[in-house]
Amino acid sequence: MSSFADRARARAVSVTSVTSDVLLDVRIVAGYALREAVRRKVFVVVVVLTLGFLALYTYGTKQAFDEVARFGSGVPADIGEKVLTGSTLLGLAMFVTLFLGTVIAVFVTLNAVRGDAERGLLQPLVVRPIGRSTLLLARFLAAGAVCVTYVLAVYAAALALTNATGGYWPGNPVYGALSLSLAVLVVVAIALLGTTLLSSTANGIAIFMVFGAGLAAGLIGQIGAALDSSALERISSIASWALPFEAIYQDGLHALTADVRGATGVIVQLGPFGGAQDAGALLIPYILAYLVVVGLVANRIFSKADL
Amino acid sequence: MPDALHVTALRKTYGSATALAGVDLRVGAGELVGLLGPNGAGKSTLTKIACGLVQPTGGHVEVLGHPCASKSARSKTGYLAELFRFPGWATADEVLVLHQRLARSDGGPDERARLLALVELSAAAGRRVEAMSKGMQQRLGIAQALVGDPRLVLLDEPTSALDPAGRRTVRELLDGLRERGVAVLLNSHLLSEVELVCDRVVIVDRGATIAEGAPADLVVAGGVEIETASGLKRFPDAGREDIPDLIGGLVAEGERIYGARVVAGSLEDTYLGLVGAQEG
Repeated sequence: MSSFADRARARAVSVTSVTSDVLLDVRIVAGYALREAVRRKVFVVVVVLTLGFLALYTYGTKQAFDEVARFGSGVPADIGEKVLTGSTLLGLAMFVTLFLGTVIAVFVTLNAVRGDAERGLLQPLVVRPIGRSTLLLARFLAAGAVCVTYVLAVYAAALALTNATGGYWPGNPVYGALSLSLAVLVVVAIALLGTTLLSSTANGIAIFMVFGAGLAAGLIGQIGAALDSSALERISSIASWALPFEAIYQDGLHALTADVRGATGVIVQLGPFGGAQDAGALLIPYILAYLVVVGLVANRIFSKADL
Repeated sequence: MPDALHVTALRKTYGSATALAGVDLRVGAGELVGLLGPNGAGKSTLTKIACGLVQPTGGHVEVLGHPCASKSARSKTGYLAELFRFPGWATADEVLVLHQRLARSDGGPDERARLLALVELSAAAGRRVEAMSKGMQQRLGIAQALVGDPRLVLLDEPTSALDPAGRRTVRELLDGLRERGVAVLLNSHLLSEVELVCDRVVIVDRGATIAEGAPADLVVAGGVEIETASGLKRFPDAGREDIPDLIGGLVAEGERIYGARVVAGSLEDTYLGLVGAQEG
């Protein structure tokens, strides 16, 4: 009995030790990747350009709310012009935030495997006890942390600015934040998978094209919903399951305006940033499973790769 | 005590191209083995398999009794790739800190200072890699390979970018490793360097071992030269023990003898003879 307990204790100690080893390695590599971004002034460029976008957004939002307010009694009584303007502008901000998050995701993962291996940067790290799986996990967590932090910060700023300039506050802003975070994590995962197969330039081009394809599929879906075309909706649906960053982004947009009723709700849902697509309750579990599967495939390819 | 490196029937193919066709190799603890061969012979592939960068197609490789590429093997191995880079934004000291952490070395600043001094980079500890010459980067690469006191060091062309003084530094460093019982597999095209420092040499060509032994055993004597009144006489197949008979014969023919010497062969002669014979 005691020998069983000893073995169980030894196994528990061994598992704890392996876990803490992996966590330490993840911290080391993630810290290294982040330090490179800081040293290369990546964050300075990102912050400056993002501030530029937010300044432009503030000015545009203020102008839009002022213009709409000037319509005054010209607007039909059943149209909530503040909601219509605010949700459209916030939808635009979400789209830009996802795009900027995608740009960052692509650039922080561009060289992670194949590119760094071609330049001879990866080999000195891989021969250390850290192991390839941990290295890949660390790169995912570092890139994911940067991208999620970024989209959350920009999204929060856009929410605050929309509220400050026009007094608009969406229905479910928390779900919007969650959807943006998951969308950008999907992009990071796809980009990391790409970097196990493709050189830097090819991977960058591929990820932007995949991103474009996802957005196009989303627009096709919106058109399909407006036209009641099952063929278009099916195309969109297949693309959304294959590239779920678009589906979760649409779902986030939908959540922002899901509580808007009446004529305003119809117009919002038809608009380019209204979010006609309600993905349903399975989407988040699907995305989590998708991240795991993409990670496992990337790990499998990386583990077998000759460097 | 297990061999530092034990390679058995190692094979590697890339599509239809064969890089290694069944190589056997042993590097004992504290032994310094030179791996020679022409470009494309499979030297770098063998080294990369030993440190887990490349997957073998067949055969078996053990590092200090552990399967190569296992965590246990990697924790005891230091490696310098032929083509490598460190991030330009990092300083020499930061590169070593990173590798200390990944290798779980508790050597701290003392180890870094010792390694930088060993490769004569003490003054460049705070210099960014992008501001270093190629030779300095190669020396930093050697220091990196020695982080964590590895028991086996795999060096792939470690002196290709070094000047003669740098090469001498590396030779002294290799002698120091041998004294500490560290095994080294040195992959190099510089035959004279290999001849000077290695205990044993393995020559591979087209993925197979074609010769193996101590440099002195591999070197074939270059014959005997006897200086006579009528000029220098060469006897390419003769050895030291033949000199008295050769002189006796020449004197009997009426020659006056001014000197005699055994012409020392070199590893280069042996190597070129073997590799040339393979290509022929």
